[in-house]
Amino acid sequence: MASTDTTRPAKEGGDLAGLEAGLDALETVQQGRTPFRQTLVEKILPPAVAVLLVLAVWQGLVSFEIVDDPTKLPAPSDVWHVVHQAWLQGELLGYIWTSVSRGLSGFLLALLIGTPLGLLVSRVKFVRAAIGPILSGLQSLPSVAWVPPAVIWLGLNNSMMYAVILLGAVPSIANGLVSGVDQVSPLFFRAGRTLGATGLKGTWHIVLPAALPGYVAGLKQGWAFSWRSLMAAEIIASFPDLGVGLGQLLENGRNASDMAMVFEAILLILIVGIAIDLLIFSPLERWVLRSRGLLVRS
Amino acid sequence: MATTTTLAKADEGTATATHAARIEHVSKSYPGPTGQQLVLDDISLDVAPGEFVTLLGASGCGKSTLLNLVAGLDRPSAGAITTDGRPALMFQEHALFPWLTAGKNIELALKLRGVPKSERRDKAEELLELVRLKGAHGKRVHELSGGMRQRVAMARALAQESKLLLMDEPFAALDAITRDVLHDELTRIWRETRLSVLFVTHNVREAVRLAERVVLLSSRPGRVAREWTVGIPQPRRIEDAQVAELSVEITEELRGEIRRHGQH
Repeated sequence: MASTDTTRPAKEGGDLAGLEAGLDALETVQQGRTPFRQTLVEKILPPAVAVLLVLAVWQGLVSFEIVDDPTKLPAPSDVWHVVHQAWLQGELLGYIWTSVSRGLSGFLLALLIGTPLGLLVSRVKFVRAAIGPILSGLQSLPSVAWVPPAVIWLGLNNSMMYAVILLGAVPSIANGLVSGVDQVSPLFFRAGRTLGATGLKGTWHIVLPAALPGYVAGLKQGWAFSWRSLMAAEIIASFPDLGVGLGQLLENGRNASDMAMVFEAILLILIVGIAIDLLIFSPLERWVLRSRGLLVRS
Repeated sequence: MATTTTLAKADEGTATATHAARIEHVSKSYPGPTGQQLVLDDISLDVAPGEFVTLLGASGCGKSTLLNLVAGLDRPSAGAITTDGRPALMFQEHALFPWLTAGKNIELALKLRGVPKSERRDKAEELLELVRLKGAHGKRVHELSGGMRQRVAMARALAQESKLLLMDEPFAALDAITRDVLHDELTRIWRETRLSVLFVTHNVREAVRLAERVVLLSSRPGRVAREWTVGIPQPRRIEDAQVAELSVEITEELRGEIRRHGQH
């Protein structure tokens, strides 16, 4: 760049580059990674302590015979035994896989429907006025309410379960995208338009990426709704030919008055729900927020 | 110096076009609580190819509205605006997309202009070098300081290879030291690229520091009140005596315009 400086008087001179480099260095904030020890103490230890406390209280209730009826409250060791047996017999992963594969494929289908729907509602005024309120209203309808009509329309089969998942998850995903788009600063749309991003190009390059934080929050909630709807459907439609998922396991436990099996099913449903969130959605959300500088280190 | 060769293309058209922007009898009104509110009243203004013009005015003079009209983001209620190609626009906020890195922001502008993928990376690097941010290609927007963000925004605007750069108080949110440095940068880049610039500000000294011509707008509605040709040779300093002298004169005029509004 020095060659261009010759036409200029010395007062602007070459020190502008140096001045700028100095300012840049002064104003750039250095960020390091949180040390593992700190993560351990602040993030991992507290929930572990809470879980241990619950287990201790539970064991205490049984050991001190405060609740001495195992058909009401089985000991943690009994539940562990049931889980262990299911593992040894090779059934445990089968239960989990049956439900998870249904849940995830239902969720993916909901994603394929909810995304264009959300985009349409957020971008087209008429569509928004027409179905926007219905879509948000549907979110507050417990998806278990869809199980009876779905059974009547589709029968006791997998399609009925997918239908219930879709009715639960599609509104969440679409609404997430709508609120994501609504929260985008108008400045980005203006900037996009001056760069020539209009129409479909604008949607692809500006609207969708800008709305990503809200969209991911919608996906997270959509998964929670999918999982709940599926469990409701599995409990009600527990038909042996459909394969035994976690919902059916719970229902089977109830029919056999086997409280340990009921607890096993509840725990597995909880753990799978948490695991999917921790393994897929939370990292996705953190990545989106961190890459935009929206995640404040605490 | 590859940057100047790629950007010099903007000059080819200027041989034929006599105006980078031509604003002819433009008025703009918006529906307000008491009927139509006139924001801009019969504005006529030309920006010559390679010229640096600042629009100066107090709040309510509609200077940002005028800039939006020139950018094509809004339509005038009356009159006509012609520009030589689509102008680039810089805002007070950097308006960089936080989901892209600094370099990818520039590459997006190139992509939307139809630059083939194979050339985008090199061009983005050139533009970053032009704003003296070599090596910032992979930086996230939130990792950059305010001044660096505005320089990336400038590089992104330059990536459009427009003949006219519109700037809407782009340095108003920066601290004084950084602003001074960016004035020097803008002058340097303007001289290297021979772009036409229409720069909006309410800061009289900034207007005089940068422009070849200062246009003062009156407020409510915005009209062209007076024009000054700034003959002080570039590069100037904001603290130069000549800059201060002209600033005093313009400030007096501006204050007179503002006082008129308190009289009724």
